[in-house]
Amino acid sequence: MGDYDIVVVGAGPAGTSTARWAAQNGARVLIIEKRQEIGSPVRCGEGISRSWLDSVDIRLDSKSVACEVKGAKLVAPNGTPFYLSEKMAGNEVGIVLDRVFFDKLLARYAIRAGADLRLKTSALGLIREGDRVVGVKARSFGETEEIRCGCVVGADGFESQVGRWAGIETSLAAKDITTCLQYRLTNIEQEHEYCQFYLGSVAPGGYVWMFPKDEETANVGLGVQLSRLNDPGEVKAYLDRFIESQPGLRKGRPLDIVSGAVSVCAPIDRTVGDGVLLVGDSARQIDPITGGGISNSCKAGKVAGETLANATREGDFSTKSLERYENGWRDLLEDHLYRNWMAKEKLVTLSDETFDKVIETLNEVGVEKMSTLAILKAVESRHPDLVKEFQELL
Amino acid sequence: MEQKGERLCADVGKCLHCGACVGSCPSNSMYLNEVVLEFGEECTLCKRCTKVCPVGAIMPKGACDDG
Repeated sequence: MGDYDIVVVGAGPAGTSTARWAAQNGARVLIIEKRQEIGSPVRCGEGISRSWLDSVDIRLDSKSVACEVKGAKLVAPNGTPFYLSEKMAGNEVGIVLDRVFFDKLLARYAIRAGADLRLKTSALGLIREGDRVVGVKARSFGETEEIRCGCVVGADGFESQVGRWAGIETSLAAKDITTCLQYRLTNIEQEHEYCQFYLGSVAPGGYVWMFPKDEETANVGLGVQLSRLNDPGEVKAYLDRFIESQPGLRKGRPLDIVSGAVSVCAPIDRTVGDGVLLVGDSARQIDPITGGGISNSCKAGKVAGETLANATREGDFSTKSLERYENGWRDLLEDHLYRNWMAKEKLVTLSDETFDKVIETLNEVGVEKMSTLAILKAVESRHPDLVKEFQELL
Repeated sequence: MEQKGERLCADVGKCLHCGACVGSCPSNSMYLNEVVLEFGEECTLCKRCTKVCPVGAIMPKGACDDG
């Protein structure tokens, strides 16, 4: 084995969380990141809840938080809003992050724990001995090198190249891919105390989000299900059309453009192999309803890091040894991911008229908390017919 | 028969290097080295990448602004 027990490909939240917990528990860890700056360019809507941060020992610094919101606002296709207030959400405020700083905070945790980090270093492929992965071929500042290790961690995001090279099945059906575009729009008028979600045909099979960065600036973006797209550049056309339709946004101008895709699939069958492990977006651990990936990445990263530290102590990076991670992340996330994937499969079929009725019903009956299940249950109490498609979830 | 001229390219004037195409490619034939998008020999010309690209940067070779 070389200088490292673990090489992590990708320095997003999944990679740096894995590195942090592995290094903290005694493994020699290297993170490689192809870009020149951690956290940039941003590929994210940046909205999170605060509830899970303590469980992974993340203490947000002031720079990482762009804005705190007191609730969520859902907007029906006919324009009717439904407010999910702080009180209804159990005093659970939402946060809009500044990922440029948040990702650096997580990287600092990893470095402080003892992990090594190289920027401008791309993974080119895996080194194998038989079926076992024993390192990664990388290119760093124009030099190609082979880095040997006990386990390569694929934390390379939606692209998931490490998984593909390792032969782990991560490919996605078109209906399980949402393609996204976002502008950070400034000079807008908005209800900056709420994260807003616009439902229905403004974003087929997805939604429009508007997450405030400050009083006059918000991340305004949308995702559309790939199976609903026919022509090149359609997603940009949807977003431009939405902004033009909103008087408060029309005079806004973008401070940046963010593009990307997210998986909205059921949990995949396998995320480990001999000498290889996938975590975060690359392991398709994104919530299929919200498209959110940060919390799951940090939670799975902790399990991955602890498993890898154990494997280092035992000198065993076999699939069997890494199953502690496979089982561990599934215990934490799998039921929720599967349930939300099932719900997504139904939600994408709803008409604008049905969404209108759902929002109308929520305004009549209220809802206990911001969860798909709570919303469906609230609708069921008044209009069981609207949610009969979801009966197996309820 | 697939001809060289029918292959795809990323328009450098539009591509935001986000990797949406790479992660969606069913034949694993795309590679993004930070800002350079490469198409491999395994490309079946299914053109999923042309739809998944949020800004419509992927097009038939010859139609691209090569910078």
